[in-house]
Amino acid sequence: MTTEATSNGRRPGAGPADRLGRRLARVTGGRAIPIATVVIVLIVVWYLAAIVMNAGVVMTLAGDNVKFGFTDFVAATWSQERPPLPVPHQILIEMRKTILDVAVTSKRSLVYHAEVTLSTTLLGFLIGSLTGILLAVAIVHLKALQKALMPWIIASQTVPILAVAPIVVVVLGNIGITGTLPKALISAYLCFFPVTISMVKGLTSPDPMLVDLMRTYYASPNQTFWKLRWPAAVPFLFTSLKVAVAISLVGAIVAELPTGAQAGLGARLLAGSYYGQTIQIWAALFTAAALAALLVAAVGLAEVVTVRGMGGRR
Amino acid sequence: MSTRRPQGARLADGLAGLIVLIPILLWALAYVHDPALKAPLPAWFWWVIVAIWAFYSFVVGRLASESSPSRSGQRILDLFIPVAFGICVLFLWEVITIGAGVPKVLMPSPSAIGARLATAQAMLGDDFEQTVLKEVLPGWLIGSASGFCIALVCDRVPFLARGLLPIGNFVSALPMIGVAPIMVMWFGFDWPSKVALVVVMTFFPALVNSVAGLAAAGKLERDLMRSYGAGFSATLIKLRLPAALPFIFNALKINSTLAMIGAIVAEFFGSPTVGMGFRISTEVGRSDLDMVWAEIAVAAVTGSIFYGVLALGERLATFWHPSYRKR
Repeated sequence: MTTEATSNGRRPGAGPADRLGRRLARVTGGRAIPIATVVIVLIVVWYLAAIVMNAGVVMTLAGDNVKFGFTDFVAATWSQERPPLPVPHQILIEMRKTILDVAVTSKRSLVYHAEVTLSTTLLGFLIGSLTGILLAVAIVHLKALQKALMPWIIASQTVPILAVAPIVVVVLGNIGITGTLPKALISAYLCFFPVTISMVKGLTSPDPMLVDLMRTYYASPNQTFWKLRWPAAVPFLFTSLKVAVAISLVGAIVAELPTGAQAGLGARLLAGSYYGQTIQIWAALFTAAALAALLVAAVGLAEVVTVRGMGGRR
Repeated sequence: MSTRRPQGARLADGLAGLIVLIPILLWALAYVHDPALKAPLPAWFWWVIVAIWAFYSFVVGRLASESSPSRSGQRILDLFIPVAFGICVLFLWEVITIGAGVPKVLMPSPSAIGARLATAQAMLGDDFEQTVLKEVLPGWLIGSASGFCIALVCDRVPFLARGLLPIGNFVSALPMIGVAPIMVMWFGFDWPSKVALVVVMTFFPALVNSVAGLAAAGKLERDLMRSYGAGFSATLIKLRLPAALPFIFNALKINSTLAMIGAIVAEFFGSPTVGMGFRISTEVGRSDLDMVWAEIAVAAVTGSIFYGVLALGERLATFWHPSYRKR
């Protein structure tokens, strides 16, 4: 073991567990203990808040005659069917029930709803980021376009875009386009912006000296683009894609609201709020959060692979 | 290079083109609105529109490729080109919706939206008051201010910063808007629930940006303050807050958009019978798209002014920053 490790140039005695520990420390940047502390405090506060917020419901349900012991009372606040604030373990149980115990195709399955939202998110992300990149390329190459379009692209973001969501869905529904595409268009509208802005910055980021160098090589505009501008823009691209995928998910969720709660995490939220099923709302929220984390992590992974493939170092 | 015309010639070309363009646009508008004509207009008219578009692109290309000899002229030019683009889009929108007879339930024309803006002022005003004045502004203020205050605490307690910041970054990427139904359940249908949602949505961007801003002051400057014997509060007020301003304004600008979105979407989940989000969702249901677009126009102008005021404030407060100094 030791000789093997040293022959590989590693420190002697670096066992798997040790390596795992160091990797963990590197990933968390030595912040594991503070993060854990904050998370634990938050959970404790959550449980305490649940006692206070759910006390009223427990009292009304029980009526005046029932006298609670303290522990029974606390247990009751943590186990209501429709509490104002469900506690984490209730949400996790609900998630296990709707993710693992129900068939994936069932309308009660969170996997089914998450899949609907995910497909919208990914389609919107694809359309939005491609549009964003193409716009950026056009803007970088055509001065007239930059002057005419750039202020409007920026202004488009001060408009509460999501307010348009119901119209897009309803109007496209009127002319027969239903399903994933209208919702994906909303996601796309939301996520093209960060990509365009970052890519314009990225494509113009090479030093003028380098652009001049390409000119002395007699490189065509095409070559300058693919050999200099594009590689220089890749880090900018991935940073913006991480933002874009997260807001694409937000767009997908909101776009599901006006379609009348048929399918998807947004529909699940709406149905939960109609029927006062708080645990269902929170379970959908947790799933959405997990989905967001997964999507951002996936883009991050793609970034690492790409940058490594391009010979860069992070 | 010898064939190149003297400087300013393209500019003159562009301006001359514009003077020719304006009466043509007016004629096209009048033609489209002529009550004697039926909706599907003859093909030659659409070719004229295509020609107008091509001519317009040529004119703007000419204007954009030339820089004005004077500085104020350049500024007017930079303002004029996007405005001309906006006018052109509105023109095409008007001509196409009316000229091609697009049904109103699909896409109303700008003139119909404008007419509705004028006639429904009272209702739009009420919605504006409910959504912007009662929901967006208080929520935005409370959320941003509390984010900043927690950032100050984080600054004093590094342990908290190390624990809270990664969580803040994570939460900023989450679809926080999903909390809307919960807030409506907790705080009722009226404005408090929307304020609460806006606070929740704006808190983390404010926190993360403020912490980054408070760390922005250079080590040298900090050492200088220490050598002056300045305490924590003096260093904070005289060095670190000014250095943090660009970050704080960035957060305020991000939050202005988030706050508008939050308040409007929260109204989809339940509201009294007033408010921009409420109006949009009910009028979509009644297929009264004129009103919906009027409401969106108000929201767009409000959002732009909100952002513009912040950008102006930023420029006034951080005039020393390198990104403004060059101009």
